[in-house]
Amino acid sequence: MSSTIKRGVSLYSYQNETFQGKMSLEDCLRTSAELGAHGIEVIGEQTFWGWPECGAMQEDIDNWHRLIAKYNCVPVCHDFMLDYKRYKGREMPFAEQVASVKNDIDFGARLGVKFIRALVSIDPAVLVAAADYAQEKGIKILIEVHAPLHFDHPWIIRHAEAFEKSGSDALGFLPDMGMFLFKFPPVWKEKFLRIGVPKAIADYVEKAYEDRVLSEYVILNVQEMGGTGPAVAMAETLRHNAAFEPKRMLDYMPRIHNIHGKFYQMDEDYVEPSIPYDQIVKVLKQGGYQGYICSEYEGNRWIEDAQEPDSVEQVRRQQVMLARLLGESVEPSLNTTVAA
Amino acid sequence: MMDNKMIVEGSLQREEGGFSFLGRLPYYRGLGLSMIEDIIVSVDGAAIPREAIRFCVRDQTYTLDEMETVYDNRWNFGEKARIVALNGGLPAGNHAITFAVRMRVSYLPFVPTTKDTKQLAMAA
Repeated sequence: MSSTIKRGVSLYSYQNETFQGKMSLEDCLRTSAELGAHGIEVIGEQTFWGWPECGAMQEDIDNWHRLIAKYNCVPVCHDFMLDYKRYKGREMPFAEQVASVKNDIDFGARLGVKFIRALVSIDPAVLVAAADYAQEKGIKILIEVHAPLHFDHPWIIRHAEAFEKSGSDALGFLPDMGMFLFKFPPVWKEKFLRIGVPKAIADYVEKAYEDRVLSEYVILNVQEMGGTGPAVAMAETLRHNAAFEPKRMLDYMPRIHNIHGKFYQMDEDYVEPSIPYDQIVKVLKQGGYQGYICSEYEGNRWIEDAQEPDSVEQVRRQQVMLARLLGESVEPSLNTTVAA
Repeated sequence: MMDNKMIVEGSLQREEGGFSFLGRLPYYRGLGLSMIEDIIVSVDGAAIPREAIRFCVRDQTYTLDEMETVYDNRWNFGEKARIVALNGGLPAGNHAITFAVRMRVSYLPFVPTTKDTKQLAMAA
């Protein structure tokens, strides 16, 4: 049976190509739409030059709406940043942070999205202070729950409590599936081997991750194995990543409105070797989730030193996987290749 | 990220009192100029003093000290800025250019520096 969960793409996924001017906004939307991933998420200041310090040009906004219509896409989410460290040596004052969030709410409204993504380090009081304004504009502010944080972390619980106390429906969560990292990603291991980690140490860290050994023990053991520099850095990735449980999302389903379909690599057999998407989709279905899962390809930075990432092929494979898990009858495929 | 794409190939050229090349911010978004903590350039192993570096984007030129309080301009995603080094000039031929950027990113619990080195040719 087909699911009510919808597929989308965060244009973050195509960053290697868009950075170099190899894919235009039109290429990104056409590619996503051909794959049946009609939901489009953007990082405003990646896709729209000038935003926020110089503002975005109206012709760029008009072009966005033209392309959204042309490819039958849906604007889903604008990921905003809130640079509270804009001033050297002092944090941006509270009122200015709230004003900055309101500015991004306005920008989200111009793009036609229903959600804007807040980074997890933002003070919950800032979001609460902007909630009524978001409500007026028909927008929800979603805090991104991203590793090393997770739904049982006190910082996330503090956000949840602040949201409940506010009584506002305009505040919620956007979980990043990278927090459910069940295995050490092969592309990470390969990168650490390339930069000089001895194979015995790399094998140990990978195995220790699978055995769920506490990061601090792994770091110490690697040092005792003679590991330095990159070897210790490899062990330290365990401080920032863990195999949290997808089912922990269930307590928060009423406030979960968008999902980052994080992945580090999609193999030819349509499997993400480190993130358990079968379990994730099962939990989302169980929780009655009806929003988008937006592909977020982040393997690019792990392989770019050795090969040019093929973001489109990676996204295609993940969309095939998602369509299968969601019970869709038609396999996503691409008709148009992007000119290199 | 984007480390090996920071320096734009074939972009080395002469400037009055020095040379320049095109550089991109190694990041998945742009950044307001006040958050560029430092730009470090060396040529053939010799460091260029911070005060001899200029950052030029869309016909605006800044010293690195000036950039620290620029709140109305950005280094956009993938945008090629002209990085000028006032070192007195470079002879024709190949030169090893190293370009590093240190940026203050609000959500990171550290201040990352990202570096690229490329061989660029100065035309005769």
